[in-house]
Amino acid sequence: MSRPPGRKQENHKISRELFVLTYGALVAQLCKDYEKDEDVNTCLDRMGYGIGVRLIDDFLARSAVKKCRSYSETTDMIAQVAFKMYLGVTPSVSCSSAAGNEFSLILDKNPLVDFVEELPAERSSLCYCNLLCGVIRGALEMVHLAAEVTFLQDRLKGDAVTEIGITFLRKAEDRKHKRN
Amino acid sequence: MADEALFLLLHNEMVAGLYRAAEQGEGENGRCTTKLESMGFRVGQGLIERFTKDTARFKDELDIMKFICKDFWTTVFKKQIDNLRTNHQGIYVLQDNKFRLLTQMSAGKQYLEHAPKYLAFTCGLIRGGLSNLGIKSIVTAEVSSMPACKSFLEYSVI
Repeated sequence: MSRPPGRKQENHKISRELFVLTYGALVAQLCKDYEKDEDVNTCLDRMGYGIGVRLIDDFLARSAVKKCRSYSETTDMIAQVAFKMYLGVTPSVSCSSAAGNEFSLILDKNPLVDFVEELPAERSSLCYCNLLCGVIRGALEMVHLAAEVTFLQDRLKGDAVTEIGITFLRKAEDRKHKRN
Repeated sequence: MADEALFLLLHNEMVAGLYRAAEQGEGENGRCTTKLESMGFRVGQGLIERFTKDTARFKDELDIMKFICKDFWTTVFKKQIDNLRTNHQGIYVLQDNKFRLLTQMSAGKQYLEHAPKYLAFTCGLIRGGLSNLGIKSIVTAEVSSMPACKSFLEYSVI
């Protein structure tokens, strides 16, 4: 029986679905284990952080990008290269502060919620994709950029789009001076 | 493929997170394995549905097992099962000499005692996939030397 054409693309899709389904099962299990939404959110964030600190190595190895010279370049890199590589979507970037250290990633399509219709009524403050925040935060920290990453808007909670806000805190360079 | 790295890391974090929570709580190791296995079960059910949408009906159990060993394993772990044995009476042994979820851990006997934690999800995955294909089974796995692992499948048709 010969393989139908487009099988490779199908396999690629199934691979991604494996990740999305596993993530869903994980969130469901965490919801069973913890009663409060904040605990689940914290747990997801912590797991995301653990993934992010390792994922950055994989990302840098695969993409071989040059060093970013500014926060806005860094955010563009996250949106256009990293998201595309791992999730297959490209969020749009917008800068939301005059100081140039607050950015938003706006996701029209979020592959993580492909199989989620809506949050259950008793879980209204659950940040379903909080893992993403942790991943970005962990990855940035490993390249010496401290940042706070949170969800500003979430489609699952009724907003129009999903928006992730990245606020870059001061760089860790001052620590180097203290050592001298 | 980039997706593989994501799933690998997520799986490792899941195992670590669940065991960390168990340590802080009551501290029952067996429950974590059950939780991981049931998560794998749910994922396996969903995955096999989407995967076999367009494939032809399977002729018999052996056909299903071959599908699991070739197509299913290739899509999930990017390689085929290395060895499939059966006693034709309901027991199948699948052997993977380089199990993707364990290759990064060690190549020998180091960390052998931690290996079962990382197999629970995959056992559930297989059990879930088979369950949606109409086969009720019990799946266990053992590791004698990383990263090779053997899965024992005992099945009965629902």
